[in-house]
Formats: sequence, C-alpha cells, structure tokens
Amino acid sequence: MSLLAVSIPYWGQSLLRVLGGTVAILLPAGTIVYLFLFKMMSFMQSRLGPMDAGPYGSLQLVAEVGKWMQKEDLAPNGADKRIFRMAPLVVLVSTFLLVVVVPFGPDAYFTNFDGGVFYMLAVSSVSTLGILVAGWSSANKYSLLGGLRAAGQLIAYELPMVLAVVGVVIQAGTMNLQQIVWRQNSDHAAMFGWTGLGNPYLFTQIIGFVVFMIAVQAELTQVPFDMPIAESELVSGYMTEYSGFRFLIFFIAEFATVGVFTMIASVLFLGGWGVPFAWFGWKTTGPGLFDGVANWMNIAGPIILFVKMTVLSFLAMWVRFSYPRLREDQLQRFAWKVLIPVSLLNIMATAILKVVF
Amino acid sequence: MAIRAVLGSYLKGLQVTIVELAQVVKPKRLGGGAATVQYPHEKEAPPIRARGVIALREENCTVCMLCVRSCPDWCIYIEGHKELAPPRRAGGAPRKVNALDRFDIDFALCMYCGICVEVCPFDALFWSPEYEYSEPRIADLLHDVDRLGEWMETVPEAPALEVGADKKGKK
Repeated sequence: MSLLAVSIPYWGQSLLRVLGGTVAILLPAGTIVYLFLFKMMSFMQSRLGPMDAGPYGSLQLVAEVGKWMQKEDLAPNGADKRIFRMAPLVVLVSTFLLVVVVPFGPDAYFTNFDGGVFYMLAVSSVSTLGILVAGWSSANKYSLLGGLRAAGQLIAYELPMVLAVVGVVIQAGTMNLQQIVWRQNSDHAAMFGWTGLGNPYLFTQIIGFVVFMIAVQAELTQVPFDMPIAESELVSGYMTEYSGFRFLIFFIAEFATVGVFTMIASVLFLGGWGVPFAWFGWKTTGPGLFDGVANWMNIAGPIILFVKMTVLSFLAMWVRFSYPRLREDQLQRFAWKVLIPVSLLNIMATAILKVVF
Repeated sequence: MAIRAVLGSYLKGLQVTIVELAQVVKPKRLGGGAATVQYPHEKEAPPIRARGVIALREENCTVCMLCVRSCPDWCIYIEGHKELAPPRRAGGAPRKVNALDRFDIDFALCMYCGICVEVCPFDALFWSPEYEYSEPRIADLLHDVDRLGEWMETVPEAPALEVGADKKGKK
C-alpha cells in the first residue's frame, strides 16, 4: 500500500489500520452522540441540552464516559457470568468487522475484496447474536423478552436490507464496494450522457435507498423500531442488567453502528468517498481502478464520506426523535408485507431495466 | 386507512420536530431560543402563586394543630403551652392564650400539597414562590419558626378581590 506516495512497511500499515479502525469507529459515534443525541434531540424538544461541560457542552461525552468507567461492573446472581460479560464485546466486534469493509479513499481502505457487500450483510447480523446472548444470560425476564424481540426484529429486517442492496449490486454489476464507488463517480458514469453528478444510485435506486434506510433504522433498534430496548415497557430490554463500562460498550456500539451503516449507505447510494471524477477531469482506465485520481483524495475522501455519513445519520436521527414506537405486530407486518414486496419489485424492475439498457 | 393520510401524518411528525429545531437555533433577537432556562446562570421568575416554600406569621398562630393533623405526611411539628394573658377589660379574668414553643416544617417530607395553608383558620401559613433553599444535609431542610418567619418577606400580596366579592374574615 502506498498512501500519499509514501511506502509504508507492513508493521506500519497494520498499526495505521488499527488506529484508523478505532478512529473510524469512535469518531462517527462521538459525532452522532454529541451532534444529534445531545444537541439535535434537545433542540427538537425546545431545550438546549448539555451546556456546561466544555463550550456548548462539547465535552459532555468525556464526562459521561468518565462516569461510566467509574461505575461498578455488576452481574446479577443468576446470570451466566462469562457469557454476560462477553456479550457487549460481541456487539462491538460486529461493528469493527463492519467498518473493515468500508472504503475511505482510492488507497485508504482496510480491505478491498470482491465479496464486500456479501460480507457486510453477513457480519452485520453478528450483533444480533451478541444481543440475544446478552438478553439470555442476564437472568432477567425483561432482558430475555428484549433479546427475543431483537432477534425477531433483526431477522425480519435483515431481509429487506439484503434485498434493497441487491438492486445496487445488480446495477453496479459488482459486490466490491470500491468498484461500486467507481461505478457511481468515474468518468464513465453518467446520467443520460450528463457527467456533472456522476451517477449516484440514490436517483436510480431511490426505492432501494428508502427501504435500506428503514431497515437500517430497525437493525439498529432505533425509534420507531426500538421494541427490543423499549424503556417504558421492557426497562431497556437486553441492556437492563448492564452497568458501568459494559453498558458503555453497548452504547458506543449502538452509535458506532449507526455511523458505519450510514457510511455503507453513502457508499452504496451517494457515491461514498468520491466526488464525480469529471469535476477534476480525472481519467481512469478501468472498473475499480483509481489510477487517474489525485493522491489527496486519500485525505479528502474520508472527510467527504464523513460529511455524507453525517447527512444520512441526521435523517436517521430526525426520524428517531420524531416518531413514537411501533407495536411489535405492526413492526413485523411492515417488514413482511410492505418492505419485502417493495424491495422484490425494485429488484425485478432494476433487473429488467439493466437488461433493456 | 388511506395511505395518503398515513404518509401525511408521518411527514407532519417530521415537520413538527424540524420547526422546533429551527425555533431553538434561531438567534435570540429574532425571537428564537429554547423554552427552557439555563438555571444556575439565569433564573426563572416563578409565577407569584407558585408553591415554593411555606411561610409562617408567628403572631397569627394559635397552636390549634389543624395544620399538623391535616398534613398528609406529618411533616409539621408544633409544641405549645398555655399562658395567662392580661384581661381584655380592667377587672376581668385573665385570658388563657396558647403560646408557640416550636413550629417546624420538614421540607424533606413536605409534598407541597398546601392543605396546611388551606386549613389554617387564622391566616398564619402562606405560600411563597421562593424555591432556592436546598441543603447539603437533609436535616437542614427542617425549617424552624425563625426560618419560616423569614419567608414571610417573600410572600406576595394577595391578589385584589374581584368586583362585588365579599371580604372574608372579621368585619
């Protein structure tokens, strides 16, 4: 790997990847929590939110983390202690596994392989295991109910998510996320011969995008799909018995996953780290090759992706703070009777149009 | 249910929150800002009839114990004794009056129901809108006669009677 035309030894690359992965997890999580959870939610409820810790409360998150780290690490008497302690880590690991596949720039990526989309969909359901295990091992009936609801919900919404992504995969003709970025931005991408915006799949796959965002919302157990952690009926569900830094890990994982999923959504539908190459006159020689792209995109790319992620997570959080919780049967009905048929129709239409044009 | 009505109500929900957000973000001089007050830095003026703290006018108290007995959580403590006071007219028998030894209200227990204020037949208890009397030690929330008397200064004037209303009390 040569980043910015500097060749880095293997150990340096590994270190860079570990650091980059941590940043790619913590930075979006921190941004989303501060910007949206602390501030935007407060504004939408006509209050100011945290104001005293740092300028405009920007260090509130540090205070919260400090508070959680000081708390005792409790486990209930009847809990299956080893599993109980492991569960939050499983959830966090699935987030790290997800971020591995996200491309950040022409050379700035953790992995770049052909099964990217497939891998992403596969590892995103690992967190379900962690949640189910957390609910089961807590020895608490509310936690168990929450865990089971999470399992049912995540299975129900995994399907529309997969089907929504299939539309993109058909249109791009590849499962490699870097190539999907290339397809949307390259000098060959055009909408009816106009290359000004490249060809972001947001326009052609708008149905897929909407279904994907709804499924992501459910996958992350965000309002209005937060039955697994419904605080007023299940006392926060599978998280009930957790305290201290294990709760913190759940919390970070939740918002880091919001960040990673919205990053993936922006890769799939908004062109990811790229800007239309036509803007700078970059020429590439083939699919998935970024030979003509300027080197500074390795720095600008992550920032562009971050901005797109922020916009998409704004949408997700806006919905989160606006709606009341659905009922469990409404949730299942919505997934099986609306989202899945709609995304199947979307796949059919995409396939037909792909063959026709 | 019509799909249009459903979608419309979902959009309405989004509109409500974004309008609220815009209202809070709008600069103060344009009439924006949050509905809340940043408490320790700026203070809110409570409405004059707010139930902040209970004040005692000691000379009105006859130790009748009505407030003690009506208090739902028994947070008022009164002790008193009988005293002989000079007769009202020369040559009469000395009067017996109740003197107050102790009048404590434990605001750690008080639930601000106001029944004591309502029930007091001699206008000895009043609501004051003051609310800043928290203490590091919970025992210090027990206000004695002097403390309760100091709150009298903060009791607002009773609002004027409506036109045509009879003035209650002694003629």
